Amino acid sequence: MELDSKVPSGPIQEKWDKRKFELKLVNPANKRKYTVIVVGSGLAGASAAASLGELGYIVKCFCYQDSARRAHSIAAQGGINAAKNYQNDGDSIWRLFYDTVKGGDYRSREANVYRLAQVSNNIIDQCVAQGVPFAREYGGLLANRSFGGAQVSRTFYARGQTGQQLLVGAYHALAKEVGNGTVQMFPRTEMLDLVLVDGQARGIVVRDMVTGKVSSHAAHAVVLATGGYSNVYFFSTNAKGCNTTAIWRAHRRGAVFANPCFTQIHPTCIPRAGEYQSKLTLMSESLRNDGRIWVPKEQGENRPAAQIPDAERDYYLERLYPSFGNLTPRDIASRRAKEAVDDGRGVGLLKNGVYLDFRDAIQRLGKSVIEERYGNLFEMYERITGENPYAVPMRIYPAPHYTMGGLWVDYDLQSTIPGLFVIGEANFSDHGANRLGASALMQGLADGYFVLPYTISDYLARVGPTKTDPTHAAFGAVEREVGERVKKLLAVNGKLTVDTIHRDLGQVMWDACGMARSRGALEKGLEAIPEIRERFWREVRVPGRGEDFNQSLEKAGRLADFLELGELMCRDALHREESSGGHFREEFQTPEGEAKRDDERFAFVSAWEFTGVGSAPKLHQEPLSFENVPLSQRSYK
Amino acid sequence: MRRVLSLYRSSVGKKILMAVTGVVFVLFVFAHMFGNLKAFYGPEKFNHYAEFLRDVGAPAFGHGQLLWLFRVVLLFAVVIHALAAFQLWRMSAVARPVPYARGLQPEESTYASRTMRWGGVILLAFVVYHLLHFTTGTAHPDFVPGAAYENLVIGFQSIPVVIAYLVAMGALCLHLYHGVWSGLQTLGVNHQRYNRYRRPLAVLVAGIVFIGFVSVPVAIAAGIIV
Amino acid sequence: MNLVLHVWRQASPTVKGGFVRYEAKDISDHASFLEMLDIVNEQLTENGEEPIAFEHDCREGICGSCGLVINGVPHGPQHGAATCQLHMRHYKDGDQIWIEPWRAKAFPVVKDLVVDRGALDRIIQVGGYISARTGAVPDANATLIRKEHAELAMDAASCIGCGACVAACPNASAMLFVAAKVSHLGLLPQGQPERRDRVLNLVAQMDSEGFGSCTNHAECEASCPKQISIDFIARLNRDLFVASLAQTPERMVAGAG
Repeated sequence: MELDSKVPSGPIQEKWDKRKFELKLVNPANKRKYTVIVVGSGLAGASAAASLGELGYIVKCFCYQDSARRAHSIAAQGGINAAKNYQNDGDSIWRLFYDTVKGGDYRSREANVYRLAQVSNNIIDQCVAQGVPFAREYGGLLANRSFGGAQVSRTFYARGQTGQQLLVGAYHALAKEVGNGTVQMFPRTEMLDLVLVDGQARGIVVRDMVTGKVSSHAAHAVVLATGGYSNVYFFSTNAKGCNTTAIWRAHRRGAVFANPCFTQIHPTCIPRAGEYQSKLTLMSESLRNDGRIWVPKEQGENRPAAQIPDAERDYYLERLYPSFGNLTPRDIASRRAKEAVDDGRGVGLLKNGVYLDFRDAIQRLGKSVIEERYGNLFEMYERITGENPYAVPMRIYPAPHYTMGGLWVDYDLQSTIPGLFVIGEANFSDHGANRLGASALMQGLADGYFVLPYTISDYLARVGPTKTDPTHAAFGAVEREVGERVKKLLAVNGKLTVDTIHRDLGQVMWDACGMARSRGALEKGLEAIPEIRERFWREVRVPGRGEDFNQSLEKAGRLADFLELGELMCRDALHREESSGGHFREEFQTPEGEAKRDDERFAFVSAWEFTGVGSAPKLHQEPLSFENVPLSQRSYK
Repeated sequence: MRRVLSLYRSSVGKKILMAVTGVVFVLFVFAHMFGNLKAFYGPEKFNHYAEFLRDVGAPAFGHGQLLWLFRVVLLFAVVIHALAAFQLWRMSAVARPVPYARGLQPEESTYASRTMRWGGVILLAFVVYHLLHFTTGTAHPDFVPGAAYENLVIGFQSIPVVIAYLVAMGALCLHLYHGVWSGLQTLGVNHQRYNRYRRPLAVLVAGIVFIGFVSVPVAIAAGIIV
Repeated sequence: MNLVLHVWRQASPTVKGGFVRYEAKDISDHASFLEMLDIVNEQLTENGEEPIAFEHDCREGICGSCGLVINGVPHGPQHGAATCQLHMRHYKDGDQIWIEPWRAKAFPVVKDLVVDRGALDRIIQVGGYISARTGAVPDANATLIRKEHAELAMDAASCIGCGACVAACPNASAMLFVAAKVSHLGLLPQGQPERRDRVLNLVAQMDSEGFGSCTNHAECEASCPKQISIDFIARLNRDLFVASLAQTPERMVAGAG
């Protein structure tokens, strides 16, 4: 298999314009002869479905939630980046491009990132026109803030609910098209497989989550916008329903999976309180602007925080990174917290967190200023932990949050299966080995509003408005496979609940392929995962029936796919013998303990081809070249 | 008219019409109370006022004509108010076919807000009785047409009648306590700066109306007005 | 702590449901309410029974999926929070807890505690948006918006569409949901061209979905996890009044319900 990224030639500033001009167009009168399936209704999915509907295509949009408005994009707090330079602080498309490539630790495709920076400005225009109530200054202009350690203020935000507001905007656009009859919405409908006809993606097989009915939908192209796979760790900040099934099924049908081990662990989450816990909650990174992170110097310290004198506290980020201090990038802050906890200096009842202390900030600025800045977050923290962060320091710990890896796509966002497009977090394209804060929302909307609607027309124009046929034998065959898999899950009837096994997988993934990875741990993980998978198929218990609303069955199907994905992640992590961004291999670090990239050997995208469950996947490489952003080592000292 | 009808078709429009008619009632109630209080000035003033109501509008209107016009407007308002209330009540009654096992726990609603419908029914029944009592005299044992003051005083010398009026005025008071506030809300009379005066206004209106109306029968029963 | 739960179980929309008693044992103060239900469900599964179906997703109070009526209060006793943000420290050992779904004709039960809130989507689909076609828009700073208005619009826009307002309303009215949408868009200059049609269409759709009518109890505001003010309902009423009287006959076709 040849991985052709289809990046247009020429200067980077002109590539997208060039490509847009090259793309074949579909005659306006012919657009209604094409059906496009969009799976997922988050920022990427909703914006793509709405934009395609506006263009005149017949769109079918699917989501597992009861409403399109609930996709997990909604939970993003911080903001969305754009190179508007409204603050006159020297921002530009080039700078946003540069920051994103560098922040991604040189493992992303330059041309894609440049395009992302280019269209970032259109996104803000689009969202404002839709009625997204971004924060404003008193003069009525849009407000910006600096986010995630950026040197310019380029982040647009709507209080701490930017993701929600952007998603509501996209959902409105989608609702408009549903009202106009161009988009048909299928809520509570889960994609369980992809259907290929003559090697082209021609439809999907879905399960109606209320009635359990398995059915086929045919189309001229399929767009996956199904988000990331952090839930492979069981504990993550993702919504409980987030899953890998759509992209994993596509992977099994031939779409190669790129950089699966590139995951982002967010440093400021609330640590686990007990065994029963179901997920982790993220707290905005902005807390690190005023909070100081520390742990006791001594192991086994049991005094309350207030009784530990300053001399016995280790403000380790300030100590190690005097210039960035508590604002070091996410991957570094996360890793240092893990080190402290692993060293036995963790805090809290379970000794599984580090302090984020506002004592000094309250002394310096007064409680009212802190309340104004972080009141909502403090309230949220207190609601969850029962502790008052004005009086005792917060406890935080890193948690899986975002996955940079995903299905491999070319410059047109098309996967290695013709007619299968992948957008948003589900693809691998723009963030390299580490995503910058406020860039996920930007990528989702860039793909959905401004990239896919152009590029998909080229494919559609080439295949022509042939008749789609859900009665084709290929659909029947996949439907049968899906039906049999459902039956098989129900038939095991063992003793273990789905969550029990998922927790086991999560623990193995966290130990092997979490914040710090090593050959030994990964090899151990690679032994353990097949065992868990086997145990799953031997001992899982899925109560209820298939022809019914059955949440256990949904979870079981998703876990079955995570159990295969987890193995691929470990393989990828093991293969990548360097440290870059969120992928930190203990064997590959500088003497100061920083990530050490190996550009000689690993300046490529690892794209894995499925060869069967339990059989070694085949590696393909897309070499990465950096012509515009010179390779350099990140330094935050 | 077409626009009013289209307004009436929607649930919100019905509420708006209820609020508009509610404003008519509040104005009427205040005028009525103003007249009642003349009872404290003795029979001459009171009867004079009763006669004035029939002559008001002269010479453009003949004897009693404007009063009848008012009555027609009021009747029309009552019909709209009650019909809309009934239709909205039906709408809500079918909107929750399965009730909560142990009811909803009230958090913000008040006794007044929860009793608007039954309070309205009580008031309607009261208005009928009141008209039979003092206007037509049908329900008045010693009714003398034209002798408003005497009818009033004799009518309220019966303790059960006074109690019935007290209960009705209590219902009116509650109805106004929620109704005034609710009416402002429904008419969209809201502004961040002035919203905090809406509730006190409702208390004021309900309080004045209650005291104003109750004072006359109580004074008669207590022998202050003879 | 140990608790006694009375949970509404209903196998499908068409069969009759009823309360089933369960015991939740050894529940930690720090567990969330949904985690308490997870524990009960794990035990039910292990005992070969079907777990309780309840809706949830983000579990951080923003997606609007979850929603249980707990002892007669939608989203439980904690104000300004969704069910998933409720923790067991609000309860004490031996408490009896009644757990029911949102109850409204417009929200038919799907299973157990899960209801179908498609009616809210359909309300948005008749005009709860600004028609801004992708790409056909001016620069974001071309229109200045008073900070005050942007903030107020944001207050309204913070609605998560959970439907607690309907569940809490003694009339099962959806006014707060509709008012929040009408206000969010109606407060912004971009929302002006469609403002009148929007309010007429949304209210007509709301009526046709079988919600009850608002009697200004303010229970919705008390149960709203985002504490959206009923001031927006007053704003909706005003907008509808103006729109009804100002509408032109052609527009009435769309607005009629």
